[in-house]
Amino acid sequence: MAHINSAAELEELRKGILSKIEPDKPCIAICAGIACLGLGNDRVISAFEEEIRKQSLETKVDIRATGCHGFCEKGPIVVIYPEEICYLEVTPEDVPEIISQTVVGKKVIDRLIYTDPNTGAKAVHQFEIPFYKNQSRLLIGNNPKINPKSIEDYLAIGGYSALAKALFAMNPEQVLEEIKKANLRGRGGGGFPAGSKWETTRNAPGEEKYVIVNAHEGEPGAFMDRALFTGNPHLVLEGLIIGAYTIGSHQGFIYTRHDTPQLRENIDIALSEAKEYGLLGENILGSGFNFNVEVHLDVGIFVSGESSALMRSIEGKSPEPRPKYIRTSVSGIWNKPSNLNNVETWANVPQIINNGSKWYSSIGTERSKGTKLISLSGNICNTGVVEVPMGTSLKEIIYNFGGGIPNGKKLKAVHFGGPMGGSIPESLIDSPLDFDVLSKLGTSLGAGDMLVLDEDNCMVETARYFLDFLSGESCGKCVPCREGIRQMLKTLTDITDGKGKEGDIELLEEIAGVVGEAALCSLGRSVPKPLLSMLKYFRDEYEAHIKEKRCPALFCKELKKGEL
Amino acid sequence: MDNDRIEQILNEHQGQAGSLIKVLMEIQEQNHWLPREVLVEVSEKLEVPLSRVLRIATFYKTFSLTPKGRHEIHVCTGTACKVRGAQRVLDEVQELTGIKPGETDSDLKFSLETVNCQGCCSLGPMIEVDGKTHSKISPAEIADALKKYE
Repeated sequence: MAHINSAAELEELRKGILSKIEPDKPCIAICAGIACLGLGNDRVISAFEEEIRKQSLETKVDIRATGCHGFCEKGPIVVIYPEEICYLEVTPEDVPEIISQTVVGKKVIDRLIYTDPNTGAKAVHQFEIPFYKNQSRLLIGNNPKINPKSIEDYLAIGGYSALAKALFAMNPEQVLEEIKKANLRGRGGGGFPAGSKWETTRNAPGEEKYVIVNAHEGEPGAFMDRALFTGNPHLVLEGLIIGAYTIGSHQGFIYTRHDTPQLRENIDIALSEAKEYGLLGENILGSGFNFNVEVHLDVGIFVSGESSALMRSIEGKSPEPRPKYIRTSVSGIWNKPSNLNNVETWANVPQIINNGSKWYSSIGTERSKGTKLISLSGNICNTGVVEVPMGTSLKEIIYNFGGGIPNGKKLKAVHFGGPMGGSIPESLIDSPLDFDVLSKLGTSLGAGDMLVLDEDNCMVETARYFLDFLSGESCGKCVPCREGIRQMLKTLTDITDGKGKEGDIELLEEIAGVVGEAALCSLGRSVPKPLLSMLKYFRDEYEAHIKEKRCPALFCKELKKGEL
Repeated sequence: MDNDRIEQILNEHQGQAGSLIKVLMEIQEQNHWLPREVLVEVSEKLEVPLSRVLRIATFYKTFSLTPKGRHEIHVCTGTACKVRGAQRVLDEVQELTGIKPGETDSDLKFSLETVNCQGCCSLGPMIEVDGKTHSKISPAEIADALKKYE
């Protein structure tokens, strides 16, 4: 493929790709997201390949291994185009029938389509399934349509048109203005306005500036960034290049997970393809703008997702955070201005540039704009990745998309933001998905990982679990975090073991207060959040453990004995 | 691991102190552990003090300074797997292999680790052996799953 040298050539190329596509040609899109992979979809893919060979259909049918479709609970998912028939929980044994009945015979196989467990209603297409219905899948909706390893698939759906628009029809100031007006807030957990951050880096002194994709995603229960980045790497990359152009950066970094091979592979392929096509490297699209990207891997510690720790890690040093009285956007990697945004934040940029800030800010609530990817997990019928407009109520997410709580259990709490987030009780689930509303309730949207807890979960044990997790993930550099976690964990372990005593709750609150105020980085300062939110809403459970030596959820082993 | 490959990795990054983590990562992925003499060589080639190499190699959980078993078992103890019974799964794996997380058995058959979240929460509780996922596994099914590994 030749290097593309102008916006016009890009459009020519796109036309060429589109002209080759036959809209009526059957295409089998098989989800190759991480959960479907875990369910053995590689065997499903090979079965399709073999069957197509057997029936000599190689030229008549296309196969596409795609990114995550979102409905992980029912994987492996297969969508047959052009009819968009959606089959769930497909096994290799189903494959010959799918080819002969559906692909060739154009008949729907009843047992493979979605059946509503409550009403028995069937859904042939993805958009009719309650899990998908009413989602706004602006970011992740293209996943079933593209092979993440093919830049041509991304170009076919209009990819890199925002980059061309930014480079040739706008100057960096105009792009910045658009992002600011859109009020895009950081999706990694902080919710800080991305435009202001970009502006700080852009205006910071020094010629050399860096842009970074934080694809560390270390929170247990968070898998939306992985789904998005693995499934559509060019979308994130396009956002990053636009950001670099705006900020005046010529070097970018992707900091990502070492333990997700498919993610790493897809990023590497996307980078080399973008380079080959002239969308990355020297003189991008003939605009004179140069930009390169390097990939770095986390090596398995949660704190390395913290911005300053992450930057140390890119320098090859141990990932210890530093105080942030000087922001990393002013002094980051090698003390140069470094703008870090999360995967989803960057992925939002192309659509803002393409459709304008006015369109973007029409979606969402007053202060939280756009859509949000949510990874829904825990005691929920439909685990998966959901994308909804900001402002959607938690109740809708749990019941309409998540399908409610399995096994007839009662909902107890919703926990956001993993070990640094907070829990809110069932009584507050009418609250909207909104950075500020959730933070006022004592939780935080975090990166969008929503853990649903049923009545069998003990809130003391859950807090203990989070602290146990964090005790292994803190870097140990500052005393409040290092010692605070240890002491809180010890006290909570005692309580769950039935050794809690009067005054323990007050002691926990006191230590939590100190750690929250005095720790060095945002990890340390957020450590007490789950505990404090639980003390706020579930204090009676803590008191029952201590005073009555009773675990109301009948979870804690030591206390269960007394109960029985 | 053949020394040529280590040599190749080191030569690619010779004199680049900033590549320390990358280099250790590549060696760990291919060799599954970091022998001391390799760390000494890393220190010399990248011109990084051995103390810093050791600090990085011991700080990150991914790096191992002892040999690993032929099969690596990863039990996910992320929140979603936890609420679906990961602890009972972990207890059973420990019972069957006789080792705790972070340990390797004496005949170097299995190494056991817990992992925080593999991102496939719909499959929980799950264990991974040599990268192969055993999803929605119950404690009773584990003995059968581990039997296959020699």
